[in-house]
Parts: sequence; structure tokens; C-alpha cells
Amino acid sequence: MTSTLAAGGYAATTAADGGVLSYAWLMIALPLLGAAVLLLGGKRTNAWGHWLAIAAALSSFVWAVLSLGQLLGRAPEERSVTVHVYQWIKVGTFDIDLSLLIDPLSMTFALLITGVGSLIHIYSVGYMAHDENRRRFFAYLNLFVAAMLVLVLADNYAVLFLGWEGVGLASYLLIGFWQHKPAAAVAAKKAFLINRVGDIGLLVSIMLLFTTFGTVTFHPVFESVDGAGRGLMTAVGLLLLLGACGKSAQLPLQAWLLDAMEGPTPVSALIHAATMVTAGVYLIVRSGPIFEAAPTAQLVVTIVGAATLLAGAIIGCAKDDIKKALAGSTMSQIGYMTLAAGLGPIGYAAAIAHLVTHGFFKAGLFLGAGSVMHAMNDEVDMRRYGGLRTVMPVTFATFGVGYLAIIGVPFLSGWWTKEGIIQAAFDSGGLTGQILGWVTVLGAGLTAFYMSRIMFLTFFGTKRWAKDANPHESPAVMTVPMIILAIGSAALGAVLVVNYTLANFLAPVVGAPAHEFDLVHMLTSPYSLAALVLMIVGVAYAWVRYANDKVPVTAPKGNFITVAAREELYGNAINEGLFMRPGQQLTRATVAFDDHGVDGVVTGIARSVRAASENLRLTQTGFARSYALTMLFGAAVVVVTTLGVNLA
Amino acid sequence: MIPLSLSETTLPTVTTQAPDLDYWLLSPLLVVFAAGVIGVIVEAFVPAQRRYSIQTALAMVAVGVAFVLTLVQVGALPADSAGLTLAFATVVVDRPSLFFQGVILALALASLLLIAERRDGESAFTGQAAAVPGSEEERAHVLAGSQHTEVYPLVMFAVLGMQLFTAANDFLTMFIALEVMSLPLYLLCGLARRRRLFSQEAALKYFLLGAFSSAFFLFGIAMVYGYAGAVEFAAVRAAGSSGGLIDGGEPLLLIGIAMIGVGMLFKVGTVPFHNWKPDVYQGAPTPITALMASGTLVAAFGAMLRVFYVAFGTTVAQWRPMLWVVAILTMVVAAVIAVTQRDIKRLLAYSSVVHAGFILTAVVAANADGLTGAMFYLAAYGFTTVGAFAIVTLVRNPDNGAEAGDLTQWAGLGRTSPFLAASLGLFLLAFAGIPLTSGFIGKFAVFEAAVAAGATPLVVVGVLSSAVTAFFYVRIIVLMFFAEPAENAPRVLKPGILTGTTVGLGVAATLLLGILPGPVLEHVIPQPAAETSEAVAAEHTAADSLFAR
Repeated sequence: MTSTLAAGGYAATTAADGGVLSYAWLMIALPLLGAAVLLLGGKRTNAWGHWLAIAAALSSFVWAVLSLGQLLGRAPEERSVTVHVYQWIKVGTFDIDLSLLIDPLSMTFALLITGVGSLIHIYSVGYMAHDENRRRFFAYLNLFVAAMLVLVLADNYAVLFLGWEGVGLASYLLIGFWQHKPAAAVAAKKAFLINRVGDIGLLVSIMLLFTTFGTVTFHPVFESVDGAGRGLMTAVGLLLLLGACGKSAQLPLQAWLLDAMEGPTPVSALIHAATMVTAGVYLIVRSGPIFEAAPTAQLVVTIVGAATLLAGAIIGCAKDDIKKALAGSTMSQIGYMTLAAGLGPIGYAAAIAHLVTHGFFKAGLFLGAGSVMHAMNDEVDMRRYGGLRTVMPVTFATFGVGYLAIIGVPFLSGWWTKEGIIQAAFDSGGLTGQILGWVTVLGAGLTAFYMSRIMFLTFFGTKRWAKDANPHESPAVMTVPMIILAIGSAALGAVLVVNYTLANFLAPVVGAPAHEFDLVHMLTSPYSLAALVLMIVGVAYAWVRYANDKVPVTAPKGNFITVAAREELYGNAINEGLFMRPGQQLTRATVAFDDHGVDGVVTGIARSVRAASENLRLTQTGFARSYALTMLFGAAVVVVTTLGVNLA
Repeated sequence: MIPLSLSETTLPTVTTQAPDLDYWLLSPLLVVFAAGVIGVIVEAFVPAQRRYSIQTALAMVAVGVAFVLTLVQVGALPADSAGLTLAFATVVVDRPSLFFQGVILALALASLLLIAERRDGESAFTGQAAAVPGSEEERAHVLAGSQHTEVYPLVMFAVLGMQLFTAANDFLTMFIALEVMSLPLYLLCGLARRRRLFSQEAALKYFLLGAFSSAFFLFGIAMVYGYAGAVEFAAVRAAGSSGGLIDGGEPLLLIGIAMIGVGMLFKVGTVPFHNWKPDVYQGAPTPITALMASGTLVAAFGAMLRVFYVAFGTTVAQWRPMLWVVAILTMVVAAVIAVTQRDIKRLLAYSSVVHAGFILTAVVAANADGLTGAMFYLAAYGFTTVGAFAIVTLVRNPDNGAEAGDLTQWAGLGRTSPFLAASLGLFLLAFAGIPLTSGFIGKFAVFEAAVAAGATPLVVVGVLSSAVTAFFYVRIIVLMFFAEPAENAPRVLKPGILTGTTVGLGVAATLLLGILPGPVLEHVIPQPAAETSEAVAAEHTAADSLFAR
């Protein structure tokens, strides 16, 4: 595998030369300002706060579009622009600037984040209409957008880490937004803790990079990776992967994502489907040169991706909670992207393309799920849905488009980008390529099954509603964003993939596509046909099982695979057995040692000082005569000391 | 026998010459002195109801003017001059003395604000000190609203004594300054409005023990005179290096150093000469306690530094072991006793004793860093302690309006009076030497100087003692902020503008000196010239000044 990047692609960055690009920091500053106004303004901003937040997100999006325009006006090799904001840290040789890197990769993310983010902001006006803390919710959403933009626009790992922690914070705050629900509070804590594990990996890898190269800025680091040892690069790559696993809910740090569905649904759509959870993929693609210098790390990335792809799909097949089923699907789809990112330059563009289309259709699916929940008194159990297609036509239609896109119906967005990944996997060659390829094909079949299951349980079959359910279509403020996302789910894939538009745009960063765009090959390759067949099988099996009136309202016992999948493949049990309980034991042991050992010594000293104090204060009799005597004694000591030392 | 062949030039006998006084350079002293004298005249001739306003204005203006004059003189002192002597070389004007005088005047002003504070027309002072406590006469005076405005001239004389104490250039002038400072304070201690017997007992004790210590001081002067044949610091210093008037006279010097040391150590209040401090601090009216704990301590250490650095600057090896013993005793014993104190004023008194021990480590250092460190420490501690006592005046018993000294009553104060408790918390953290407060920088400065002078064991004791003191300071903070309010919860007065200013001054100084000590250490505290800094103690030639240039 030749490195197409280290040689030339990353070599040059140019400084911003005025205009829109020089003020790229406005993209971050606007939502950050919105968050600050909403959080500091307090109740005064209740009435108009959400509109301010939307304005902030939208203007950030507009600025991103303008920046893209200016970027496209440049020659492809000049599309890496550094925007220096200010010097952040300077301690001796440790010198970090807060600089932004505007290049095709970062702009792709910026557009996705601000675009989908703005839509979800608008949707939330309707979804959170009856929540008394709506202003705080919008403040957090703005904060998230700002932090996510810091993450993707950073031109060095330190600033990236700043954004990384920022989105972690926003995610924590939003998962636990309904903190009065114990499950939400616990889920927020769980997400935070598991993410800390990944964060440590990222942090250590940044430290390693700094000690090795003396800088953490992307370009200088990538230019000198060839000079560093392969072992070191493997270590850095694996640590980066650990960070990516935490943020993107990949095995073995996947357990938090399903619980994170306790957060409000717009949060699930924006953070836990479309943007934040894809940060790990961004990290791997951005750090491409490091992984290319460490084939072992790349292999591990593909294995993690493949394993998560299957695990997420299996979990998605068994969950009755609509959001958790979709969360399993998210895991699985990010598994696709991770796998592609691990393939190296031939997979990067495919990974990013799938990431973008997934951002649209998965956000649309979540918003649809939110619309259903909104209509069904926040019921999440799909066994309590059924036959909703007639009462919620808009939701049904938009959800349906997203559904067709994700399962890979030809010429819809998901098909274009998933085919890209399948093709890249087989193209990588060798036995590994074959295995990975067939995993992605199998995944396509599983995707078709679990998504059809969701679709049929929700919108088809008999009505299994709770007695007090009175479903209705959502207001326009919610359905319009869903419609826009549905249009993206249908058409965006073709726009991005035909003639490799996105791949060519990304080429200065991730390398040019390996071969010409060939639609006929895409349609007729045996792997593509196999995926299509498996998809049809999956849909058909789901139709037989779930699109009828025999679906029980309570879940049947199920075989051991179903039980395991419901238990999220025992991920929580493993975490609890391996880490939580030993950790609690250690805590208890430490506390015991502190109580009896350390405190014993400390309180012993304190007790003896106190006893000495009680005795010494007896000298303070209150009688002037005894004070005078003490003074006389003291004078004698002073005289004797002076004489004794000098004359003896 | 001691030869009484007094040298011809130093005889302070009657001269026919009129004394040639530089009134301009003496003006900070003279202004305060004049205010005291005018205050006495005001007492004699002005109607009683108008005295309060005239006296407070007079005292504050005088102290303020004297402070400004001090600053002007700092600016007027030629840059290459180590200092000047005035009035037959009895008074010295150099940068350290001007610094000490400035600090004393600022602290006196802060204390004056507390002294002038009145609640419903009641000051902290008794209406008629001569009335027997609990008698009909006393009640009559209370009902008539009598006031002791003599307090102000007395304070003026005390402040004058403090100023002169740090500026004296010979032992006799210093002794006079000591008495001028002490006598008004003895009186002031007995003037508390509430718990008058307690206050009078404190005054009497202070007077008896102070007189006792003055006797030691005077006896020491006599011994040193016998050794050096002079009382001027420069002459004593010269004698220390040349060997004195007579062969084998060294015991005279040693006993003299020890006795003068006893007098000094009594004034700063180190173990075992500290017994008066808790009783007097507790019994005295709290504004006077604030003045004593800040101004008197600064003056006493200013004088002590001058005596030990200048007069005994050539005999460091002779007095250092003695001060080692006293410093260790002070830091250990006072810190341990403070642990079981239950009254806030007594606790602050013991705290003052421990701090005297810490500053003593800078005296032991006997180098330029020790001098600057002690100066910083004194200024920092002075403002913090004035602020702390100002807060004590605000917390009263609900039934009789006396100050609520019992610490159990302070529980939960952080909830009922958060600002007051937070201010006191800050002062306590500064006493404990926590970073970002002035106390940390001060401790660091004196300990650093002591280590540089080879007194590392002393510093180890100091740090351990700090740990013990931190315990009882933090315990009060915990009590205020994390304990349930006591049943006999005190009534917290709303600070008036006077007390509020003093507390604010304390908070501001504590934070400013803690967060930005650099400018103060560089510009405000006088620095010896770099090339002579190491040699200040050993090679002091221009002995009229604390700094050789």
C-alpha cells in the first residue's frame, strides 16, 4: 500500500488571505455566544432564547457555506488554509496556537454539523415546546455545535482535544437533561465515565506525539511520521483508536450509547447519530498518515469496525425500544465507517461519504422516532405501536425514505455510500479484504432486517396502542426539518458519489480515488448483487415476522441469541464484572486504609497535640505574679543561653 | 569596676547651644505629637458634646497628614543616601524607618476607624473610667451618655511612641519611645465599656508586666553602656568589633544583649514573655486590641531589627543562639496552646504570638533578605489582623450587646452572614499562610531568608508549627461554614462605614499582597543596594542606617 498522502497531499497549507476564510472562527464564536447569552441571561431569555439559538446555528451554517464557496474558488492544492486565532499556550518550547484548519475534510464536517444541527434546532422548538427548561436545552445545543466545530476545525491535536472534551461535556449535559429521571442521570454518568477511558487514550497519544515531534500541529506531525519508528506509530495509532472507540461507541467502549438514548430525542439525532459519534471516524481519517505508518494499528481499526458493525446490527435486531434499536443501528453504521477508515486511502472517501449520508438519514430516522414518541405520549416500546402510517402520514413518508436509504435500496443515498465501503473492502485485497468484504455484505442483510422490523412494528400491522394513546401528526416546525432530511436521504448520495464528487473534493486531504467512477460496475459486481439479495431476504423475513397481527405486546422469551442481543451482548455485564466491581472493591479497600491507617496516625497526632495543649494552657493562670515569674525564668534562660554559648 | 571615663563627644550634658532641629524631617512625628497636645487642649476647653467630632477629625487628619509627609520624605531622600540622623543623632531617617512609620500610620488610621465607630451613640469605651464598675455613678454616666474622648490624644501619643520607637538611634531615645508608646496603651486597655473589671484587670497586668520588662530593658542599657561607654547604636556597633572599653568586658555586653532582648521580646510577645498577650488582648477594648496587635507589633519589631541589626550587628554570633531558643519555644508552645482556645480574641492573641515567632526567624537570619522579609511580613500581618479584629467587633451577644467571643457561638455564621464570614475566612487563611494570600508570601519570605542564613532547623520547626496553626484556623472556617448555627447565635451588626472600611482595607491588602506581591516587594519595601546586600550585617559601616550604601 503506497502512501499517497505523506508525500504531497498534506505538505502545504496556506494562510488565510482575508475575506470569509479569515473569519472562520465566527462559525465557532456565534453558537458559543448564543450558549453564553442563554446560560447567563437566565429566565429573561426564556421567551426568545430558542430563536436566538437557531439564529446562531443558522448563521454559522451560512458562514460555513460562504467559506466553502471561497474554498472552491481556490486551486485544489491550495485548499488547506490555516486561520490563526490567537496563541493559546506558551510554556518554554511548548507552544500551541489556537489555529483553525480549513480544508475540504474539515469543511465537509462543518457543513454537516451546522446544516443538520440547524434543522435539529428548529425541530426542537416543537419537540421541547412543553419543557420548562427549553432555554437551557437550546443553550446546550449551541454549546455542542460550537465544541463540535472546534473539534473538526482544529489545526492541531491540542485544540482538537479541547473540542473533544467540549462535545463530551455537552453530551453529558444533554443525556442527563432530564436529570429528575434516575435512568437519565445514570446514563449521563455512564457515558461520561466510558468516554474518559477513550479520552485518556487520546490524551496519551497527544503526549507521545509531542515528545516525539515537539509539536502537535497536524501538518508538521504528518510530514515527519516517516522518520519515527513503526512501533511508536503503532502505539500512537492504537491510542488514537481507543479515543475514537470511546467517542464513536465502538467495541469495547460501546456500552454507553444505548443508555444515552435517555436524552431528549433531538439530542439522540444530532449528537448520538449524526455528528458527535462520528468524531472517532474523523479522528482516524484526519490522522491517516499516522495509521498508514502503522499497518498493525490499521488492521486493528478494521477489526474493531467489523466487530462493531455486526454487534450493533445484532443488538438492533432484538431491541423493542425504538430509540435503542436505532442506536444499535448507529453503532453498526459507524462500524462501517471505522472499517473503511481502517482500510487506508482507498477507504477514507467512502467512510466520509457514508458518514455524511448517514448523518442525514439517521438524523431523519431519529426525528421520525421522536415524532412518533411525541404522538404516543413518549411511549418507546415498538410493541405498543403498529399501524401508524395512516395517522402520521408525513412522519411515515419521511421515516420511510430514511428507511429505504439505510437498507441500501439502489439509487438512494445509503446505497451509494454503502456500496462504496463494500467495494473498498473487497478492493483492499487478500484474505483480510475478502473477510471484511463479506462482513459488510452480511451487515447489509442484517441492516435490512432490523430496520424493516422497526418500520413494520411501528407503521404497519395492527394497532397495539396503550389505552390512552391518541396519536396525531406533529406540527410543521417538526415535520419540515424531517422533510428536508428525507430529501437529503434520498438524493445526497447520488450528488456526492456520482463521478466521485466528494472523493475528488477530499482528494487534497485523503488522496485521489483509486479508479474511475463506474456505475455499471457498481450495479453488476457480484458483491453488490449479493448485498442486494441479502437485503431482500432481510426485508422479506421481517415482513413475515412483524408485518402481521401476531406481534405480542409483551416480548416473548426468545432464544439465547435474542436474549443476548437484548442484553446488548452482555457488554454491561462485562464492564461491571471486569471494571466496576473490582473498582468498587479497590475504593472500599482504599477508604478502609485511609480510615484506619492514615487517619489513625493523623488523629493520633492531633490527639497528642490537644493533650499537650490542655497541659500547657494551665500555665496561663491569670495571675500577674506567676506571669512575672515566668518572665523572670525566661530572662534567666536568655541570659544563661547567651553567656553559656559564648563563654563556655 | 566599670570605668566611668565617659567619652568627651557623646556626653549628652547641658549645652549652651540651641538644639539645631530639622523640623521638616521630623514633621511626621511632630504632626502626630501636635495632634495629641491639641487633643488635650480640646478636652479642656471644648464642650463635651462637640468633642467627639473634633477629636476624631483631628486624629484622623493628623495621622493622614503624617502618612503623606512620610511618603514625601521617602521621595525626598536622596537615592544614594543610606539615611540621615537628626536632633543630635538621636533620631534616624532612613528608608526602613520611613517604611515602618508609614505602615504604623496606615494601621493606626485603620484602628482609628474602629475606635471612632459608635453604635447607637455608644463607642467601645466606657463613659467614665473613674466610676466603680456596677456603681450608681457608672449608671448615671451611662444614662447621661458620657464619653471618654481622651481616648484620641492617648492614641496619638501611643502612635508617636511607635513611630519614634522605629526611628530611635540610641538606646535612651528608644527607651523613651518605648514608654511614650506603652503608657497610653496601659490606660487605653482599661477603658472597655463592657466587662469593665476584666478590662481594668488587663490594664493592670499589662502595666505591671510592662514595667517589669522596662526594668530589664533599662538594666540591659546600663550593661551595654558599661561595655561600650556609649548608648548610640553606631558606637555600640563599633565597640562590638573593637572589643569594648575594657579588657574582659564581654560578659557586660552579653548580659546587656540578653536583658535588652528580654525587653524587646516582651514587647513583641514571644514565649516565655507572652503571658500578658491573651489576657490583655481579651480584656482591652477590641479597637485598642487591633491597634496593639498591628501597630505595636510593627513598632516593636522595627525597633528590634534596628537594635539587633545595627547596634549588635557586629556581634551576631553572640545573640543568635539565644534567639534560636526563643523562636523555637515561641513557635511550638504558642501553636500548641492555641489549639484548645475557645475565645476568638484569645485565639487571635496566641496567633499573634506564633506570628512573632515566625518573624523572629527573619531576625535570626541577620541578612538583608531577613530584613525585607520581616518588613513584608509585618505589613501583611498588620492589615490582616486589623481586619480580623474589626470583624470581632461586629459579632455581639444578643442579650447584652457585648462581643460574642465564644467560638461555639460562631457556628453557622457563614450561612447567616456570608460576607462577614468569608472575610474572616480569608484572614484566617492568610494567618495560616495559604497561597494567594499575603500570609503565604510573608512566610515564604522570612523562611527563605532563614534558610539562606543556615537556620534550616528553625524553618522546619516553623513549617510544622504552621501546620498546627492551620488546624485551628481551618477549624473556625469549618465551624462557620459547615456547622449548624448555635442556639445562642450571636447578633451580627451591620458594619458601618468606618468598620466596613477597615474590613475592606484588610481584605484588599490581604488579597493584593497575596496575588501581586511583586510590585510591593520591588518598589514599596526598601531594598539594599545589590553589591552590599550580603555584607549588610557583617560590614556595616554607616551604622546610622539599617542599610549600608
